[in-house]
Amino acid sequence: MWLFDRDLWIEIFHTLGKNMFRTFLTMLGVIFAMIILVLLLGSANGMSNGFNKIFAGTASNSLFVWGQSTSEPYKGFERGRRINYKLEDAEILKRQIPEIEVLAPRIELADHRGTVSVYRNGQTSGSAVYGDFPEIDNITKKKLVEGRFLNQTDIEDSKKVCVIGEETYKLLFEKGEKAMGQEIRINGVYFTVVGIYKPNNNINIDGENAVFIPFSTFQKAFNSGDRMGWMAIAVEENTPVPFVESQIKSILKTKYDIHPDDERAIGSFDMSEIFNNITAFTTVLQGFSFFVGIFTLLAGVIAISNILLITVKERTQEIGVRRALGATPVIVKRQIVVEAIVLTAFAGLVGFAVAVGILSIMNAMWGSGDNFPFVKPMISIPQFVVSFILMVGLSVLIGLLPANRAVRIKPIDALREE
Amino acid sequence: MIEIKDLHKSYKMGTNSLHVLKGINFKVEDGELVAIMGSSGSGKSTLLNILGMLDGADSGEYTLDGVPIKNLSETKAAQYRNKFLGFIFQSFNLINYKSAAENVALPLYYQKVPRKERQEKAMQYLERVGLKPWADHLPSELSGGQKQRVAIARAMAAEPKVLLADEPTGALDSKTSYEVMDLIQKINDEGNTILVVTHEEDIAHMCKRIVHLKDGVIVEDKKVEQVRAEQYV
Repeated sequence: MWLFDRDLWIEIFHTLGKNMFRTFLTMLGVIFAMIILVLLLGSANGMSNGFNKIFAGTASNSLFVWGQSTSEPYKGFERGRRINYKLEDAEILKRQIPEIEVLAPRIELADHRGTVSVYRNGQTSGSAVYGDFPEIDNITKKKLVEGRFLNQTDIEDSKKVCVIGEETYKLLFEKGEKAMGQEIRINGVYFTVVGIYKPNNNINIDGENAVFIPFSTFQKAFNSGDRMGWMAIAVEENTPVPFVESQIKSILKTKYDIHPDDERAIGSFDMSEIFNNITAFTTVLQGFSFFVGIFTLLAGVIAISNILLITVKERTQEIGVRRALGATPVIVKRQIVVEAIVLTAFAGLVGFAVAVGILSIMNAMWGSGDNFPFVKPMISIPQFVVSFILMVGLSVLIGLLPANRAVRIKPIDALREE
Repeated sequence: MIEIKDLHKSYKMGTNSLHVLKGINFKVEDGELVAIMGSSGSGKSTLLNILGMLDGADSGEYTLDGVPIKNLSETKAAQYRNKFLGFIFQSFNLINYKSAAENVALPLYYQKVPRKERQEKAMQYLERVGLKPWADHLPSELSGGQKQRVAIARAMAAEPKVLLADEPTGALDSKTSYEVMDLIQKINDEGNTILVVTHEEDIAHMCKRIVHLKDGVIVEDKKVEQVRAEQYV
């Protein structure tokens, strides 16, 4: 197999090595092209990772359902009737729709997105107050700075405990003051702080200033009976959320005598929609980066072909001599094509190394993804392998151009040219 | 060794056709040292190119060591050149980024001779032309005469049947020319067949036979008393 012929490689490295400057200039185009390709792909990946980080802790295949006011009169009811769910609805929905994985009912002290005053030692915070089940943590994960989230015992024993947001903590406590075990007052009822959570900067469903108490405690403390404000629902992974959403709505519409065409009575928010949009966006971005990068690479490889064409012209005499000495056209061709491949591959690797270095620096500077979606910008191994194979494949095709030119030179003409 | 019968060659120059060789009949025996003489345009270089399989003839027969040379593909021609012929050029045509030894070893590379053997042979031939100490030098570090000697070593390295020299002394001063001719004579003494194209009388007379070409035909073909170049060195 000629590819493993040591002499061929010695011959090629000799030729390239003895013409360092020319070799370097030839490679420059591909080095830059590879840098651009890797940087583009790496950044696109970083962006994708960044969005994934934003969604980390939020079940992407989930939806939220709450009650609003009817917009159509139906079965003798006037329009504008407020829909209030009952806790039993949670059980009914779970029973009737097997695709529901988690259903966490929630109740709020004020109106939806409204706030109530929370007191402690004369300090006040206007916070949202939620009665929750621990299951909510499976849908919107709370990042706890201190302590724990609500648990099953809290529900069973209707414990007067609460988990507060960092913002709430800042309003109610002095800086550095210990909050764990301290009591705060909501509507005249005292709750012990068991956890502080850090708000998620990017996805904010619950607000930054909120107090979570066990659902059962909420019922007793604020006398809410079997009312339920809204439901956070996680759907099985392979089930489309809109499918479950419409089932839920039709069950609820029947139960609460809502006009089947009433779009306003039941409020809902499909999390997967946003998630899918962003996934589509990053996929398009990655595809586009790859596309642009590959064309840049093509330009770089064409530059190599161009310079090889020039050097073939420059080496006319050398090629003539080689052929007079017995180099067959195949040998001459092979040498130039392999030179093209070696140049491209080496330049590609150099460009790759430089780009990976730049990406590492970018990662060190901005890679934490705190302020904008940019986490771990790096290209994956399959991406690298694909671009590398494409690049070498192109170089073979494009190396054939100068190689054929070299073979077309008749030794006699080459030797005559002085 | 070489036999040519009724060789014709013409070049197309636009609409005109230039008839360069007009029926050459010519025979070279083993061990001969032949000078091909003629003024420029006489067809001597064309003849040498055809002999060297660098160019094809339009008609006529060419037999080299009993092998008919006709309608060769580029690949076959390259293989025959490598096997049968050694070239010595006026402008040396060494590869300028390869050392003397690497230049000499090049034809052996195309013969697929193993690397070690190649290097040994290259050194052996460099020693024969008296340039062993210069083996690692690049052509740019050698004088004209030394370059031509490297070229001669290269031509001989593949142990060809015939050495073809195209104005081997054309780019050299007379003293160096005689040194090169001395080397060529000595190689001939060992039994190698050599053809030298030249337009210099004194160089031609250092061969054993002179073939005179004029306007594409052989006008004279005579054996001469060889003048040894040694005495001028």
